[in-house]
Amino acid sequence: MKAYNIHITGVGGQGIGLLSQALLRGIDHAGITAIAVDTHGLAQRGGVVVSRIRCGQKIHSPLILQHSADLVLGMEVHEALRGLGLALKPGGTLVYLDVSWQPLLVRLGLNSEIGAKDIEIACKTAGAKAIKVDTQSMEDSRMQNMALLGTIAKKKLIPGVSKENFDAALEDLLTGDMLKKNRAIYDAYAS
Amino acid sequence: MKKLGELLMGKDPFEEILMGNEAVVRAMIETGTKVVTSYPGSPTPEIAAAIQRIPEDKRPFYFEFSVNEKVATEVAFGAALDGNLSCAFYKSVGLNVALDSFVQLGLMNIIGGMVVVIGDDPGANSSQNEQDNRNVYKMSRVTVFEPASPREAYAYYKHAAALAVKEKTVVVLRLTTHVCHARQKVKFDACKKSIPFKTDFNRENGPYIALTTMALDMKRLSIKKLHRSEHYIKQMGLNTVMVSKNNHGKGIITSGLTCLSVLDVLERSHYKPDILKLGAINPLEKDCILSFLKTHDPVLVLEELDDILELQIKALAYDHELKTKVMGKQSDEDFVGEYTPDKVMDKLSTLWPDMITKGEKAAVLPVKVPERPAQMCPGCGHRSAFFAIKKALEDTDVTVADIGCHTLGYMPPYNIGEILLCMGASSGMASGLSLFNNKKRVVAFLGDSTFFHAGLPGLINAIFNHHNITLIIMENGTTAMTGHQDHAGREIPIEGLLKGLGIESILSCDTYSQSKLTDLVKTSLKIKGLSVVIAKHPCMLKFTRLQRKKPGFVQTHITIDQKTCDQIHDCVERFGCPTFIRNPDETVDINLDLCIGDGSCRPSCPVKAVGFDKGAK
Repeated sequence: MKAYNIHITGVGGQGIGLLSQALLRGIDHAGITAIAVDTHGLAQRGGVVVSRIRCGQKIHSPLILQHSADLVLGMEVHEALRGLGLALKPGGTLVYLDVSWQPLLVRLGLNSEIGAKDIEIACKTAGAKAIKVDTQSMEDSRMQNMALLGTIAKKKLIPGVSKENFDAALEDLLTGDMLKKNRAIYDAYAS
Repeated sequence: MKKLGELLMGKDPFEEILMGNEAVVRAMIETGTKVVTSYPGSPTPEIAAAIQRIPEDKRPFYFEFSVNEKVATEVAFGAALDGNLSCAFYKSVGLNVALDSFVQLGLMNIIGGMVVVIGDDPGANSSQNEQDNRNVYKMSRVTVFEPASPREAYAYYKHAAALAVKEKTVVVLRLTTHVCHARQKVKFDACKKSIPFKTDFNRENGPYIALTTMALDMKRLSIKKLHRSEHYIKQMGLNTVMVSKNNHGKGIITSGLTCLSVLDVLERSHYKPDILKLGAINPLEKDCILSFLKTHDPVLVLEELDDILELQIKALAYDHELKTKVMGKQSDEDFVGEYTPDKVMDKLSTLWPDMITKGEKAAVLPVKVPERPAQMCPGCGHRSAFFAIKKALEDTDVTVADIGCHTLGYMPPYNIGEILLCMGASSGMASGLSLFNNKKRVVAFLGDSTFFHAGLPGLINAIFNHHNITLIIMENGTTAMTGHQDHAGREIPIEGLLKGLGIESILSCDTYSQSKLTDLVKTSLKIKGLSVVIAKHPCMLKFTRLQRKKPGFVQTHITIDQKTCDQIHDCVERFGCPTFIRNPDETVDINLDLCIGDGSCRPSCPVKAVGFDKGAK
């Protein structure tokens, strides 16, 4: 398979680590070579978190050249738009959660908040496909990552990787009640 | 998939996706490493996290968080003098703390062998600089291996351990941030039988006292050891040449993750220079470099941060009267930042435009996305402290920061902490700032883990030289910034220690008692000489995680009574918890995803519009 690059972004505390690991393991279960890396700096303190996954042939570094991600996943609207500008290649796909965690300057009243409309406009300009995922009804926000994973599985966004592969990945990573709860959300978005 | 701890302890060979940091732990176990020490710091804390996934009674080696990197190095060294293979690991700037001991290691006959794993941070992702520790390795005459991936991190640790045991010496495994944190499938070997702890110290194995002429003899031995390392590097084939059919005569010498950036960029090029990838970066294997220089022209040395390889390779070419053009750093910017695929693309497309042209252009965004600096967490005791302390400070007061979560106080809306050097430096800097200074009061901040790590000498200096400063110790009971590791405060209460040092003015309160804290700081600032305030509150990130695991836990939240709210915005603008949402119509709401219902924000509201709910979402 041709090299396929995924750029995942959000805010520390949103569960990007688990999402990235589930994707990486899902790709591995499909028999495709993959490498990933997280950049978190001081992310646990509400900063930006970026994770990258690269799979297929002729991949070396886990880091991705700018504007060459086939898929950008945004856990939060500001970070989704930032990720679109930094990473997405022309004609790529952006999947994002309609969730906003206001950055400091917005809360101080010095910058405007980004919304889904800004993202739709940006995607049109960039010739990118945008998929908005709604999680308003979700009880535990710490499982919003499962909504993205489910959407990816349903729409078969990563070539060669099936829902069964992601199912197996979740079985690898979680057990007991955590697995049950995460699976329920993931399954709802995947079907 | 088995749990990480069980996986790492497995007897049989296996294959699994692991992080670079985790793969290193399996290598420790396979090589029979018996003593492991550390002080937590990014990018290496996941090494400790993986070790701690193995229950203490099943761990095949002793592990401790030492009080700082210098002591970690000394404990590992001492254990190795007893005949145990040992390992110390820490962050890049941790080497500065360890240096006094570290530079001696190359001189010593370390009978058990010792590996030091150091995580450099090109790009300063989570450090106060991006120092290139390769500068230190040359001076210290130690052998250094540099992996590019988790697979190599595992394999090179094993090489480092083998060489350290064989030569009774120290070997450094140089990791960088994105090697530590990369994940890939790694094939692991079987685990041999466990090796017993040894207590074989014998001074006859020395000399271990490097004084007077002995220091020079020991240096001679260390130089000889490096020659033997060079032989090992050659024998093991740690430096490799990647040959291309269409190289246009050109060659690139590189190492570590930079090599992978080069390979990615060359996937898009019209022709591909040959690559010499150095797995061992000190000492350099002269034979293979010379043969590469003789068969390629020009040769580009591509290394991130400093020009360590370039200068040595140019000297080698000069000494051998080679005509090959050797290129390296060409601009100031070449010394700055991580050599990501983008950085390497810029460099190569500028240098050899016939080989490669830059790729896709940026999508132009219709609006500017506001930056997202790191924040203190919801409920963080430091936030309450800064909010309260600010009320006690005058505009003319000087505030001195230290390393830790509380460093984030320098940002708006608190703007507390105007100078930062490194771990434990605040008291010393504050003392200097206070000299001949009757106009400005000087306030230093220090975290509890840092207090023990490197904060004590500055404090003791302030006592016996009678400096006029106020020190505020921000005590959250853990090493929070790097992921809640243990520290000496577990056994040694800070307040008792301060009393024992004879400090007369020690005031202390919980930071959630904001008005009391304001008063204590005001009182403390009036005292001539040294005064200390301990501003305590447990790390709420750690606390909340523990609470959530308890059965029957219900998450409560803060509410805002919109009828009472006068939109004064003290909560969102001055207290500044990220939980507050500022709506376009200037009303304020709560982000229920973030709010932990601690209520520390309530005193910030002048009209008492902030209340509690009963625990919904």
